[in-house]
Amino acid sequence: MSTSIISVRNVHKWYSGVHALKGVSLDFAPNEAVGLIGDNGAGKSTLINILSGAQPASEGEIMLEGKPVKINSPRDAMDLGIETIYQYNSMVPTMSISRNLFIGREPLKYSMFGLGVMDRKKMAEESVQAIAGAGLHLRSPDALVGELSGGQRQGVAIARAMHFKSKVMILDEPTNHLAVKETQKVIGFVRSLKELGITGIFISHNIHHVFECCDRIVAMARGEVVLDKRTEDTNMKEILDVL
Amino acid sequence: MKKDRQKVKRLLKIYMEKPELAALVLLVLLIAVFQIQSDGIFLNANNLRGILGILPEIGLMVVGVTILMICGEFDLSVGSVFALMPMVMAVLLADGLPFIFAFLIGTAVAAMIGFINGYLTIKFSIPSFITTLGMLFIARSLTIVVSGGFPPLLPNELPTWLFTAFVGPGDIFRMSFLWFAAVVILMSLLMNRTNFGNWVRATGGFLPAAQAMGIPTARVKIACFMLCSMLAGFAGMIQVLRLGSPLPSIGEGWELQAVAAAVIGGTALAGGVGTIIGGVIGAVLIRVIDNGLVLSQVDANWFKFAIGFLTIFAVVANAWLGKRAKAIKLET
Ligand SMILES: Nc1ncnc2c1ncn2[C@@H]1O[C@H](COP(=O)(O)OP(=O)(O)O)[C@@H](O)[C@H]1O
Ligand SMILES: [Mg+2]
Repeated sequence: MSTSIISVRNVHKWYSGVHALKGVSLDFAPNEAVGLIGDNGAGKSTLINILSGAQPASEGEIMLEGKPVKINSPRDAMDLGIETIYQYNSMVPTMSISRNLFIGREPLKYSMFGLGVMDRKKMAEESVQAIAGAGLHLRSPDALVGELSGGQRQGVAIARAMHFKSKVMILDEPTNHLAVKETQKVIGFVRSLKELGITGIFISHNIHHVFECCDRIVAMARGEVVLDKRTEDTNMKEILDVL
Repeated sequence: MKKDRQKVKRLLKIYMEKPELAALVLLVLLIAVFQIQSDGIFLNANNLRGILGILPEIGLMVVGVTILMICGEFDLSVGSVFALMPMVMAVLLADGLPFIFAFLIGTAVAAMIGFINGYLTIKFSIPSFITTLGMLFIARSLTIVVSGGFPPLLPNELPTWLFTAFVGPGDIFRMSFLWFAAVVILMSLLMNRTNFGNWVRATGGFLPAAQAMGIPTARVKIACFMLCSMLAGFAGMIQVLRLGSPLPSIGEGWELQAVAAAVIGGTALAGGVGTIIGGVIGAVLIRVIDNGLVLSQVDANWFKFAIGFLTIFAVVANAWLGKRAKAIKLET
């Protein structure tokens, strides 16, 4: 068996009194699309926030390709190759697509102490590539993200994660509030991650979506993993019963 | 044919989306009106000299306020810092300190106030409106306390010329205008060409996204507060050198004029949107109205009316233009 790309070992999270994660252990194999499912308040986002560096775990260990890692900030997670796409929080609507693609990771021509002059030519060229690479059809990388539809925005966020060669892409309810057609597009993206050699963690509370695009399904309830099976070894009824 | 139409549409859309467009059109119109009304006096060298001589003082403040507003925050204390910084300098100069040290210490005091504004706002998650409203009173009070009741006299041998001497063709500018131009260019480059500028826009545009992308948003905001305060202090120093004495009451009410200028120039109160050049256009508009009303022998009390009207009008016009721009659909 190949080593897991990410392993979560006995992770706990308390929010002053609320025990949101009660000892979660999970392994994610390279190149696997995992669906994470559960009711509101099950602890899905909390687990994802810990992996993406938005919040620290109260207890437990995280390993990347077998080596223990400390993820203290979103930047740490990104540097380790973990990209997270949130329902709303991924893009700045008042900025252009190309500016959005490089927020926090702008290519610099000259720099001192991490601050410097952006290489705008490189940004323009690479954003055209990134958009095309994700199979998006957009007029120009100079268009404002605020003018894109919800599905297109998620597409740009996914293009960004691909461009920075992430190993793991986490999508936290990326299809909420999207129209049916747009939802299908995002599901298509998740499916295509496999060919790109990216591990996908797709969070949803819609079981149908998860069955459509994931190899494996993990169900959480009240801060614990209550089911973890290959998609072909389970069915919707079994999952609904454990939730 | 069809291609050309698309091209025209695209250009139209790009211009209508520029937040400073409405202000620029207004400025040109007003200049034309005042020029005609004053029988050509408005644009003569003498009058321009008057306008351009004072412009840098409000303009420098507006540049700082604009950057801070793009970052999603707000500073009501700039008018007080405008008075405090030169007062600190004047007291130090009166004690015999060389100009450059007095300048550095004065600037450090302004930076410190900006830091406190930013730190308190972020640490306690309170609206910057409140923190800087408090600081408005604190800094003004400190100015009077520091002055000891009556302002100290400025020593004679200061490099005043460096900021106030008339230069340029027909002596049309003061040196302060060159400082202002330099600051405008530098700050525009900072906002448009550097990663820091990108972070400022992202932080003000949508804070959760900026944080999720690993931008140190707290530090970015504090840096903007400090920059804003330092520019206000610098502007105050220029005015004091021009007037020749540090009055504790200068800059009163300017904080709101500066916000008005930024807003007229297309800066959004909600953050994320705005340009330095827009703020500059807003500042020029305010100076032009002030001067133009005097020339037209209109009751000076209409000045605030005009600023108020323009502020509301510019925002409404911008919203309308933005909506129209959105309605222009381009083929994807
Ligand atoms: N920032 C927070 N502060 C306090 N409690 C929180 C916070 N975030 C989540 N929780 C609590 O933790 C539990 C799990 O929430 P969450 O991870 O958001 O669930 P899910 O994403 O599965 O809907 C819930 O009881 C929720 O109220
Ligand atoms: Mg959630």
